[in-house]
Amino acid sequence: MMGKKMKGLLSKHEFYISLVIVLLCIMIEIRSGQFFTPNNLVDLSSALIVPGLFAIGAFMVIVSGGIDVSFPALASLSVYATTRILTDINYKGGILLPIVMVLVFGALLGAFNGFFIAKLKLPTMIITLGTSSVFKGIMQGVLNSTQIPNIPEGMKNFGTAALFVAKNEQLGLTSRMPVAVLVLIVAIGLAFFVLRYTMFGRAIYAIGGNETSAYRAGFNVGRTKFILYVIVGAVSSLAGLIRTCMMGQMHPTNMLGMEMMIIAGVVLGGVAITGGDGTLTGCMLGTILIVMVQNSLILLGVPTYWQEFFLGALIIVGTGISAMQVLRNRKRLVSKKLGEESS
Amino acid sequence: MNENKMSIRRKLNDFYGRDVYTSRLIIMLLVVLISMLILKPAKFFSFINFQTMVAQFPEFGLMSLGIMLCMITGGIDLSVVGVANLVSISSGIILKALVAADGSLPWYGILVSMICGIVIGLVAGVLNGILVAKFSIPPILATLGSYELFLGIGIILTKGKAISKLPMEYSSVIAGKLFGIIPVQLIIFVIMAGIISFLLSRTTYGTRIYMLGTNMKAAEFSGLDTTGLLIKTYALSGICSALGGLVMLANYNSARADYGAVYTLQCILIVVLGGVNPNGGKGRISGVVFSILVLQMLSSGLNMFPQISNFYKSLIWGCVLLIAMTLNYFSENRNRNN
Repeated sequence: MMGKKMKGLLSKHEFYISLVIVLLCIMIEIRSGQFFTPNNLVDLSSALIVPGLFAIGAFMVIVSGGIDVSFPALASLSVYATTRILTDINYKGGILLPIVMVLVFGALLGAFNGFFIAKLKLPTMIITLGTSSVFKGIMQGVLNSTQIPNIPEGMKNFGTAALFVAKNEQLGLTSRMPVAVLVLIVAIGLAFFVLRYTMFGRAIYAIGGNETSAYRAGFNVGRTKFILYVIVGAVSSLAGLIRTCMMGQMHPTNMLGMEMMIIAGVVLGGVAITGGDGTLTGCMLGTILIVMVQNSLILLGVPTYWQEFFLGALIIVGTGISAMQVLRNRKRLVSKKLGEESS
Repeated sequence: MNENKMSIRRKLNDFYGRDVYTSRLIIMLLVVLISMLILKPAKFFSFINFQTMVAQFPEFGLMSLGIMLCMITGGIDLSVVGVANLVSISSGIILKALVAADGSLPWYGILVSMICGIVIGLVAGVLNGILVAKFSIPPILATLGSYELFLGIGIILTKGKAISKLPMEYSSVIAGKLFGIIPVQLIIFVIMAGIISFLLSRTTYGTRIYMLGTNMKAAEFSGLDTTGLLIKTYALSGICSALGGLVMLANYNSARADYGAVYTLQCILIVVLGGVNPNGGKGRISGVVFSILVLQMLSSGLNMFPQISNFYKSLIWGCVLLIAMTLNYFSENRNRNN
């Protein structure tokens, strides 16, 4: 009984990624002695909020068998539009209106993606490359975006509001845990529930596994995909809003280029790039690993210009492992003669 | 009279239906040429402008050829810009290292740096091919990851700065003009396009990659060495990108890890507009070359209006890509229904 449980654990991707995370923690702690300090841990979790939210969206798209590279441009555009409108009308209220606005803009832009992908059934990667260029062009060309140094008071307060403050006695540094971390926790909870217990969530997995079979089994493939891209647009825009609030100002181009890092995290977490397989836990663990690598290279004494290299290496290793697993599972299926070859 | 009109219309329709991609490009070309004829005739239709245009497009034209090859096999190469920058950085470093004490470049300098660059491109391409063929990582992710990797190596080599103060000899040869008329960049592009065209239409390699792109599994079961073919294709794409990088080095007379970031999208746009099917198996080099020319004219035309900022270009490229994909969808549906 015990042995079986051990074997189950050892075959799980999440186990290995946790192992890597623990090893990395120990390595950083030995090198710098600053890893397990309260303020570093709080800093890490606050750095995780925005990538974590992005990762939830990217994860759902990848599980459905697609890939979305437009979400940073999408979020930048909807957050820029929201912030611009609110500063222009001299908005004084709380965070609620900005959140609603950004969700609406995000959902609309997501629907734009969804139209091409779900209705016209075009390849997601090429379409989202195109839409991301369109979103960037609208923001920088049509809206003539500039940096907005003074965002509305309500947004700034939300970004700086702290749940609690952690202190590093040794160095006298303090770090605040932002309230926004609650948004991430709620979002993870919701995503977990939707993916596991709702028809919509099961449809995402089914479509990613095999679109034709999902269609034959009675799932409305087009509608599910469309709703999925609308949701991803809204969630990504919310992440963008939180980032802007936490920074206290709006840099229009600051988020662009984040897509690779997020996708790398999701794939490192053992989510099958071909779709249909993967857990939210794995996706979050992968994102934690990426955020740790980004935040802790400095603690390890590695120059920052090595970051891109490590990121690329991580993506290749992560996707390689995931692809090899798919290959091995398929071979196992064939050798067990469990039905015909899939796909 | 009426009948005659009908038959012309039918002929046009027939022609459009037979080769949708070329017809669409001809329409685009006519639209660009006519609007330039109305708006900026003297500036656009000048010898200098055409000379500049044919010197400009080889940069991304060479990269597009690489993406085309990969797309014919059903894959894609998103690392072309990364490879090109890595090659131009390392060739730049080699060039600087070869400069003699008196500041002059020895006669073999240009040749050595170019060969080194091409070898680096080849190695990068083989790496992509191994990731795609041996580890069966989806090409999109494998090449996005390797793009990041090559970008990272480029940043490490340059510490994030630009490599400049290159010996002038290199730039004056590669960005120079043969007989004072034909830009050398164009010659490099024509040679490479000729080689690829020969490979695609006259060799078994060409036939095989079309088969591979049409149906991977069928190609495998009919005894094709799919792994070898894929590695060769990505290696060829690496060489194309390396040549693109060498041209970039000459055009800018400097190298940096983040040059030409917009080229990725532009190259995919060119290849898709040129009638290459992203799912593989279909596409001709003539279509891609034609589409390179059309887009270069559009881009040069846009550059003549200072009020259109570069940011609008990103919007325009994106829109053209989306429209092209949508039109392809409808024309393919029509074919299927027929």
